[in-house]
Amino acid sequence: MAKVKVKKQSTFIDMTAMSDVTVLLLTFFMLTSTFVKSEPIQVTTPSSVSEIKVPESNVMTILVDQNGKIFMSLDNQNEMKTTLRTLGEDYGIAFSEKQLTAFQRLKSFGVPIRSMAAFLDMSTEQQEKYMKDIDSKRVGIPTDSVEVSDAKGLISSDNEFKRWVSHITRTRDENRKLNSELPEIQIAIKADKTTNYPVVKKVIDDLRDMRKNRYLLITNLRTASSE
Amino acid sequence: MSEVQTNDHDDGGGKNKQKKQTLRVDFTPMVDMNMLLITFFMFCTTLLKPQTMNINMPTKDKPKEEEGTQVADSRAVTLLLGADNELYYYEGKIQEASYENPEFLKSSTYGAEGIRELLLKKNEGTYEKIQELKLQLQHAQIADSTFRQKVKEIQEEANKPVGGIAPTIMIKPTDQSTYKNMVDALDEMLVCNIGAYAIMDLSLGDRHLLYKKTDNEAYLTEGQLKEMKGSSGK
Repeated sequence: MAKVKVKKQSTFIDMTAMSDVTVLLLTFFMLTSTFVKSEPIQVTTPSSVSEIKVPESNVMTILVDQNGKIFMSLDNQNEMKTTLRTLGEDYGIAFSEKQLTAFQRLKSFGVPIRSMAAFLDMSTEQQEKYMKDIDSKRVGIPTDSVEVSDAKGLISSDNEFKRWVSHITRTRDENRKLNSELPEIQIAIKADKTTNYPVVKKVIDDLRDMRKNRYLLITNLRTASSE
Repeated sequence: MSEVQTNDHDDGGGKNKQKKQTLRVDFTPMVDMNMLLITFFMFCTTLLKPQTMNINMPTKDKPKEEEGTQVADSRAVTLLLGADNELYYYEGKIQEASYENPEFLKSSTYGAEGIRELLLKKNEGTYEKIQELKLQLQHAQIADSTFRQKVKEIQEEANKPVGGIAPTIMIKPTDQSTYKNMVDALDEMLVCNIGAYAIMDLSLGDRHLLYKKTDNEAYLTEGQLKEMKGSSGK
């Protein structure tokens, strides 16, 4: 009769299937997700049932924190550069090429124009540290109206925030002349849900002064738990 | 760890037999690496894209508000967003006579049990029509563009100044309300398929009424406060 042979059992587990699964998962994550943008302030947006997605490009985002500090971000880097240059000219500040490039790299900005040059000269770590001091007057785009005389000696009472918005739209308009397919820039407002209404009203009123009457309010999808 | 396993027992016999080679590659390190990558993606990315809510504000250059804003009293509903997530509303237009009458102002809450019930009742007829369209859209019976156009048509029809049935909602946030309150109120408009709504400033009468209702002096303007103190001193 045949001998009963004790087979040497190998503990080798076939990982091919497991690998298949993980690669699938990985592909899923890579295709569906977007990277978390680092923002100078943590903003919890209110929830809504609206299902319109935020457009990926051609938006300027206005970030409003609980205390009414304003930060802005722009998706088009070339326009960021042009905007800062023209805004600098408006205030009689000349930014060097190096500073303009540093500005381009910022994900969002919110520094008074007078401190901008110094801010752009800092290293990334220093900039982060600078932004941490959130209560400081040196952080956030000022919205109070100050009478300023610009380079041409004209006195206007526009606040810095308004100037930023008008320069951003002007830059886009210039570009639209060259490329007619370029859409108009949209304004997205991203405010914290605990922000007091007067703060938001101030921002909206400033925008309305400039005849900008359409906004996207950024919210997140309402789920059962957030009701 | 990794090994390419070949047939084990090679007894080196003289027979020149073609051995069956089983080639097994160990995938364990591959799986390890993938898991790491997955973890990285899970932590550093967001799946949810934020939504947006489109909102149009009236332009500031046209001061003649009489045009176009004439709404039949029966169709007007005014929402007052108060402090501490409180919500008040009144139907129709505010009259001089009702300034002193706190009963004119009714209190409500955000969400399904509160204001939505009222709004749905007000928007009867229009709501159902749009809901039906939404259902059709979900079942892919109609295209997105036709859906939007039909909704627009229905809402335009319902919002006609004469003979329309849909309510016109005026949302008036007080200085004590938060951004969330405003978005919640706008959200209700979306839920109830209301086409005509606007965000407005409080009128003096609204402020007075709110004060009467809640006894909270913060709702009044400085001028009103002074006037009130002046008249009570007499």
